[in-house]
Amino acid sequence: MSSTFDTVANIISETCDIPREKITAQSHAIDDLGIDSLDFLDIAFAIDKAFGIKLPLEQWTQEVNEGKASTEQYFVLENLCARIDDLIKAKGA
Amino acid sequence: MRLEYFELIDRIIDIDLSAGTIRTEAVVPHESTVFEGHFPGYPLMPGVLLCETMAQTCGWLSMAKLNFTRMAFLAGFKEVKLRTFVTPGTLLEGHGQLLHEGSGFTRLRCQVLAGGKTVCDSELSMRLMPFLNDAFKAMVMDRAARLSFPFAALESPEANNA
Repeated sequence: MSSTFDTVANIISETCDIPREKITAQSHAIDDLGIDSLDFLDIAFAIDKAFGIKLPLEQWTQEVNEGKASTEQYFVLENLCARIDDLIKAKGA
Repeated sequence: MRLEYFELIDRIIDIDLSAGTIRTEAVVPHESTVFEGHFPGYPLMPGVLLCETMAQTCGWLSMAKLNFTRMAFLAGFKEVKLRTFVTPGTLLEGHGQLLHEGSGFTRLRCQVLAGGKTVCDSELSMRLMPFLNDAFKAMVMDRAARLSFPFAALESPEANNA
């Protein structure tokens, strides 16, 4: 988890020009860091490449829009990193 | 190429879904109202329209990759380089390469060549969204047919896995 978080935080910092020290595991990518959907495409691209996965952004967006999930479940960084770890595990299974 | 209708591609030469590549071509028109302003007495193809040529090339590849289940919209350019002037009558060839197919987006690299030399290149992001409605999709498919889109490429196993 910690190495996943470090990688994700570095990606966000470099992609969105956000000081690294402002990015914590509890940061909400949208509400706290001000990342919009366009910036998140670049972040998703970098995350997909770094971990060899495909973040299911369309599914997450649909779940949020339909009220089946909260944005916190996917966009608070510790939760995002947990989902990345799950995807990495699923890939190796 | 019909600048006034924002049609920057004349023909899709070929598409290879397994390799994630596309080639397109277009001839810059000899006359257009665009050249009356850009520039009077010195007509040059505007750089933003060269960028649009890259976007349309990559858009067709992105939609084909998903078997036309999504519409592709330009989301961003990264490190665009406009390397030389392009004048009326020039035959352009667009080369697109899929770098990554994400969930709801693609990342691609594209270059436009004239006479074998690169005139512009960039990395692009395309956002992929459901078609607005059936009529909109029919319009896109009609335009694909007019561009000689190689529909046989969609019947490959690669396309059917999309």
